[in-house]
Amino acid sequence: MSKKSSEIPMAGNILEPGNAREYKTGGWRAERPKHNPEDCLWIKNGTCALCCIFCPDNAIKLSEKDGKFLYAYDYDYCKGCGICANECPKSCITMEAE
Amino acid sequence: MSMKLKDLLQAPEVLGSGHRMCAGCGAPTVMKLMGMSLRGPTIVCNATGCLEVATTIYPYTAWKVPWIHVAFENVAAVASGIVEGINAMQEKGRYKQEHVDVIALGGDGGTFDIGFGALSGALERGHDFVYMVYDNGAYQNTGIQRSGATLPGQETTTSWAGKAEPGKRQRKKPIAEIVAAHRIPYVATVDPFHYRDFITKFRKALEVEGPAFIHAFSPCPRGWRSESSKTIELARLAVETGIHPLYEIIDGEQYIMSGPSKSLKELKPVDEFMKLQGQFKHLFTPQWEDFRKQVQQQITADWELLKKKCGVE
Repeated sequence: MSKKSSEIPMAGNILEPGNAREYKTGGWRAERPKHNPEDCLWIKNGTCALCCIFCPDNAIKLSEKDGKFLYAYDYDYCKGCGICANECPKSCITMEAE
Repeated sequence: MSMKLKDLLQAPEVLGSGHRMCAGCGAPTVMKLMGMSLRGPTIVCNATGCLEVATTIYPYTAWKVPWIHVAFENVAAVASGIVEGINAMQEKGRYKQEHVDVIALGGDGGTFDIGFGALSGALERGHDFVYMVYDNGAYQNTGIQRSGATLPGQETTTSWAGKAEPGKRQRKKPIAEIVAAHRIPYVATVDPFHYRDFITKFRKALEVEGPAFIHAFSPCPRGWRSESSKTIELARLAVETGIHPLYEIIDGEQYIMSGPSKSLKELKPVDEFMKLQGQFKHLFTPQWEDFRKQVQQQITADWELLKKKCGVE
């Protein structure tokens, strides 16, 4: 995390946009969301996606590959707020103690 | 503009992961929805507030768009300077971009109270920019002091509730209507739960010529003493109880009620919104029963007045 003085850019400028990615906020988490794919509407037909839209930390990664819908958490950044579990219309997400 | 879910999910994020807003904060979701509605190159000006403090802790920044931080009171002035600066450089042929959208962001303290003079001035001069306030109901960043956006009955560290006082006694400023009184082309209130409504309105605000104003509701679990998972639920309840009705005002005259508010047959009792928060806990004691009823009456009266303005039965 700490840098040598020779590695710091001139005047301490931040040159890379969005470099907060290097700061992992996942350590704040007390409860971990767990996804159950059975009833999930995204896995089923690629709709809903409320968890991804409402997640404040962009920690839910939804993707599509070869006609299949994939669902993943980025536990490096998930702060465990539980919004996804609260908003899921099918109650597919449960919060578990870390 | 495409409102397909897959296109929305692929929109480039403006605020990346790794920012240090509290768990369950509403503001990053508001920023994400703002990012989904952008149409091209954008410059974001940010007044001091939670959002600025927690997203750009040195040596990190979570922003992926050109971003400038200014003092608490002058974000509207800086945004108007950027707009006119770009115009001047374009005239001299020293600017490559054809069009750049300028967005000013402020919290409720920086907009309702401290930055109001600069905002009013910028609206009067009529620069082409969008001002968005994310309203979390107090100066949450400096330790939950009351602001012009604090609701009646809300307990903050400068409006304590107890035997003598029920929290803040005064009403909340109707900022959208105050801003609309400047006769600017577009004013709208939005809410993160109704995200399609949010994106449509924000896009409209970017597209109009001249200043536009967006009032976004953004629950704060830390200051409101609510559970972090209830943030979006609170945003939904704020619309359903009439605390934050959704509407647009065109040219300061024409009121249009938006879908989510229009489809409400009846308002839910405001208690449902208050029960989820520790900051309204004192209102459920027998002593402040009457005050709670007054708040409810006030909100119902405001709602009826708004319905009349919008021509909705």
